[in-house]
Amino acid sequence: MSSSFRTPDGGRIDRSTTLEFVFDGQSYAGHAGDTLASALLASGRHSIATSVKLGRPRGIAAAWAEDPSGLVQIEEPFPEPMLLATTVELYDGLAAHGLPGQGRLADVPDSARYDAMHAHVDVLVVGAGPAGLAAALTAARAGARVALVDEQAEAGGALLGSDDRLDGSPAADWVASAVVELAAHPEVLHLQRTTAFGLYDDGFVLALQRRTDHLGGAAPRHEARQRVWRIRARQIVVAAGAHERPVVFADNDRPGIMLAGGARTFLHRYGVRAGSEAVVFTTNDSAYAAAVDLADAGVRVAAVVDARPEAPGHWLAACADRGIPVRSGSVVTGTDGDERVAAAHVAPLADGRPGDAEPIACDLLLVSGGWNPAVHLFSQARGTLRFDAALGAFLPAEELDGVAVAGSAAGVMDLAGCLADGRRVGAAALAALAVGAPAEPALPAADDAPAGLGPMTLWRVPDGGDGSTSFVDLQRDATVADLARAAGAGLRSMEHVKRFTTIGTAHDQGKTSGVLASGITAELLGIPIQATGTTTFRPPYTPVAFAALAGRDRGRLFDPERTTAVHDWHVAEGAVFEDVGQWKRPRYYPRAGEDMEAAVLRECAATRSGVGILDGSTLGKIDVQGPDAAVLLDRLYTNLMSSLKVGSVRYGVMCGVDGMVIDDGTVLRLAEDRFLVLTTTGGAAKILDWMEEWVQTEWPELRVHLASVTEQWSTFPVVGPRSRDVIGAVFGDVDVSNEAFPFMTWRDTTLGGVPVRLARISFSGELAYEVYVSSWYALAVWERLVEAGRPHGITPYGTETMHVLRAEKGYPIIGQDTDGTVTPHDLGMAWAVSKKKPDFVGKRSFSRPANQNPLRKQLVGLLPVDRETVLPEGSQIVEFRDDGRLPAPPVPMLGHVTSSYRSAELGRPFALALVKGGRARIGDTVHVPVGGTLVPVEVTGSVLVDPEGARRDG
Amino acid sequence: MAEQLSRTHPLEAWLPAFAELSGAVRISAEPFVPMTVLRADPATAGDVRIRGAALPTAPGSWASAGAGWLIWLGPDEWLLTGPGAAPEALEEELRTLLRPVGGSAADVSAQRIGIRLGGPRARQVLAKGCSIDLHPRVFTPGQSAQTTLGQAGVLLLALGEDEFAVLVRSSFGGYLASWLLDASLEYAAPALTS
Repeated sequence: MSSSFRTPDGGRIDRSTTLEFVFDGQSYAGHAGDTLASALLASGRHSIATSVKLGRPRGIAAAWAEDPSGLVQIEEPFPEPMLLATTVELYDGLAAHGLPGQGRLADVPDSARYDAMHAHVDVLVVGAGPAGLAAALTAARAGARVALVDEQAEAGGALLGSDDRLDGSPAADWVASAVVELAAHPEVLHLQRTTAFGLYDDGFVLALQRRTDHLGGAAPRHEARQRVWRIRARQIVVAAGAHERPVVFADNDRPGIMLAGGARTFLHRYGVRAGSEAVVFTTNDSAYAAAVDLADAGVRVAAVVDARPEAPGHWLAACADRGIPVRSGSVVTGTDGDERVAAAHVAPLADGRPGDAEPIACDLLLVSGGWNPAVHLFSQARGTLRFDAALGAFLPAEELDGVAVAGSAAGVMDLAGCLADGRRVGAAALAALAVGAPAEPALPAADDAPAGLGPMTLWRVPDGGDGSTSFVDLQRDATVADLARAAGAGLRSMEHVKRFTTIGTAHDQGKTSGVLASGITAELLGIPIQATGTTTFRPPYTPVAFAALAGRDRGRLFDPERTTAVHDWHVAEGAVFEDVGQWKRPRYYPRAGEDMEAAVLRECAATRSGVGILDGSTLGKIDVQGPDAAVLLDRLYTNLMSSLKVGSVRYGVMCGVDGMVIDDGTVLRLAEDRFLVLTTTGGAAKILDWMEEWVQTEWPELRVHLASVTEQWSTFPVVGPRSRDVIGAVFGDVDVSNEAFPFMTWRDTTLGGVPVRLARISFSGELAYEVYVSSWYALAVWERLVEAGRPHGITPYGTETMHVLRAEKGYPIIGQDTDGTVTPHDLGMAWAVSKKKPDFVGKRSFSRPANQNPLRKQLVGLLPVDRETVLPEGSQIVEFRDDGRLPAPPVPMLGHVTSSYRSAELGRPFALALVKGGRARIGDTVHVPVGGTLVPVEVTGSVLVDPEGARRDG
Repeated sequence: MAEQLSRTHPLEAWLPAFAELSGAVRISAEPFVPMTVLRADPATAGDVRIRGAALPTAPGSWASAGAGWLIWLGPDEWLLTGPGAAPEALEEELRTLLRPVGGSAADVSAQRIGIRLGGPRARQVLAKGCSIDLHPRVFTPGQSAQTTLGQAGVLLLALGEDEFAVLVRSSFGGYLASWLLDASLEYAAPALTS
């Protein structure tokens, strides 16, 4: 395609580099420095897509993120939806097409990297236009730590799209020197292509840096494509500039209708004439610059239509010099055209009403209704706004602590003013930091046009109809008619109007439409716009991909995988792992051809008949030391711990203040003033916090210290009738006889000079020894145990077998068989609740009437009568029905199944359940609905295997 | 069974990848050293000296103690690291030292592992996942922080200009090693093939 709309020279593009790309299946070429939008316009293409609801052709309506309509879907190099053609930097091989509203997510994984970076600065400056650069220079010159972030590919802001001169030279020269100076300050972080998209409390700002997007398929794989900067700033200067605002009129959505400043940017920055025959419709002076510059570039400007009764004198002269007719006191009332605007209807404005319209042929209709300062970040910081009638815009109404606004974001609309304001605000930020302002050279002199006439506030040109083609939000196809319906429905709040009409809810979040909607709604309601205000500005300022927010927290790094010291052994043995919190625990060790059920039945049988070994290292462990250690444990456990002898072990239950069980485990008394407390795997951190909270806030007088030793000690239960042989073989100096080493005692020994602690603790009912060793030596000790167990067929088992073995004995898992509403008595553990202790956490609650209710849910066993059905955990339990049918709802529920397994020992499935008045129902048959049928189950005591406890001593 | 038991470092599998990094980022696993958590009221333990060092009282600081570190963890809590006596002997020695002043000591040698991070890009690597201010004028040698790196809780020590120690719960060692290698990729990939 020829670039017939490219100027012969000028612009900030590299004409020596040609980039090939495809849009809507058609091949185009552009230059380095182009955006997708500027390259398409250079080829004469305005149309991007059709609109989401009405299917009307839409084009490029602005030059940057405020564009409401030019959404594209990238296909190559990687599918990405919902990007603006105006913000996609062109690269070779780009393939895209226009989007009618919605895009398509890639159906292949995104192979690009995304990451995050924290930064701390004294002063964060958002925006590298004239005000932001001036502020950043001032702060940098004082030696402050400065971050300057700007969303464009290069610094300069509005200067990139103008022909402004500073000190008689192109403004770009000053920008370049400012950038060089900033780079020389070691404490300055200057990031381009970086959008500050969210401002939060205490100077916290999130910014998205597009690091390699502009490289397309040539982006290096090892660098993050996008980076979220998490910036903490003591002072923030928002110098985000201003967005031009259109005026609403009938058929204002055709391709070729564009913001005047946008067309000027396309011309100066990209060397693109956005059309060949232009009409300029304005309410203020700024659009005259576009008219004059385009005329100078060879565009025939058919008319400047100025809504104000009088046009500014110096601009009238400039237009006259170029033969541009100026029609003051006139408005555009509508347009003609099909795929592209073909004519603007221009009419005189009398008493606020347009008269008869005359069509003026054009292929480009530029519109300027004034400027909206980009107050988004200020508003996100809950800064209030006020409507400035002279400027016709909302401005910051207050000073915020640590957040200042500078330049056109604060309503300063001339270049000299922006430079001075940036320096002033930069110095103020320094003053707030108690840093003196640096000596600085004079600011460069700007060649601003002479002061002209003030703008006229004009939201819309009445179209004489219902406003159904007068578009307010082009992306949402929302019109003046929609606003009228909202007002007619009685809506007054702009927040309600926004949601009723969807205006401002698209990708651009109302950058062009939001204030228009407020203004038109105010007119419709007959109230001042001050009364409607704006909707709340919320992050993100521009869309941010979820992939960027996720950063590197995906794949293996999504959630930390905690592993025990023996993990690699489990992997080598082919263990199937289970996530227990963040821990990876072996669930079972399948042999060839085994599924989980077969493996678990084998592991259970081997353990109950021979010996098994479990990696129990994830159990929480807390070292409790000090003269009052026993006092603390007496207050926190339901049972008595102070009577425990050194060398012995006791099982204990902890309750919350409500008397409900929160954790259980064993306690080893290591010395008069020292205990080792074991918690559940999941309770490790929570119980340490719980204990610390009581010590620090309620009982600071107790002389006791707590330390987590969870990972210090690896723990290996060696379980089963042959465990004594294995332990005896490995630890030859320990008398493992029942007399010398009875149940619930511990003994210290050494192995190869390494201290080892053995404890007779059983979570299966079998003879068992827990082996504790420093995790440094965990693998070596584990391998010794496995080696010594080989003659006895020692079987490593996982959490699934552990669960079956403990459930057969009725040992509850806190958090599985309990849910925070279960007392020790409900679990059948009244024996673990001391009647002697004067008080302990939870005791008070046991005497509440609700705790005495005989119909409380109690832990019982269930045996399916068919000896075959494994009841799904969570199944409801209902009264036995003679007809075997579930009655019509509501069906009273008696409880639910909390644990359910197939038992090798029993030769049948069994379950644990919480059942109302369960212990009184032992021997009864109840029903459990499973998959549409009622399964009869017998209620039993919770201990199903070895209720006499005959096995624990081997 | 009198022969010595071998020790297994949790990061053994990561050592070759650490060694392959270019000089912009250096990562290595610290050798096993005894570590002991100490608890005492500084008001009564002011005269206590541990390997010649007083218990540091400045929040977020550490002091040299012998060939190791004495790290402030809280107003009445410190972590002692460094070679010397066997862990269990050291614990007993420190318990004996601190008990008279109402203190305690617990062996936590295997509770954490140490990772040494150095090189001109080390601060950037940390800044990818650590929210504290790591500026060389702010986080200076002699300072420490209990913070998060990625999603792991760590004890971070500034050892020198570009030199840091990261102490992390042993079970998180693999995660943190993977995280650090991944974070270093853009600065120190052994063979950049884009």
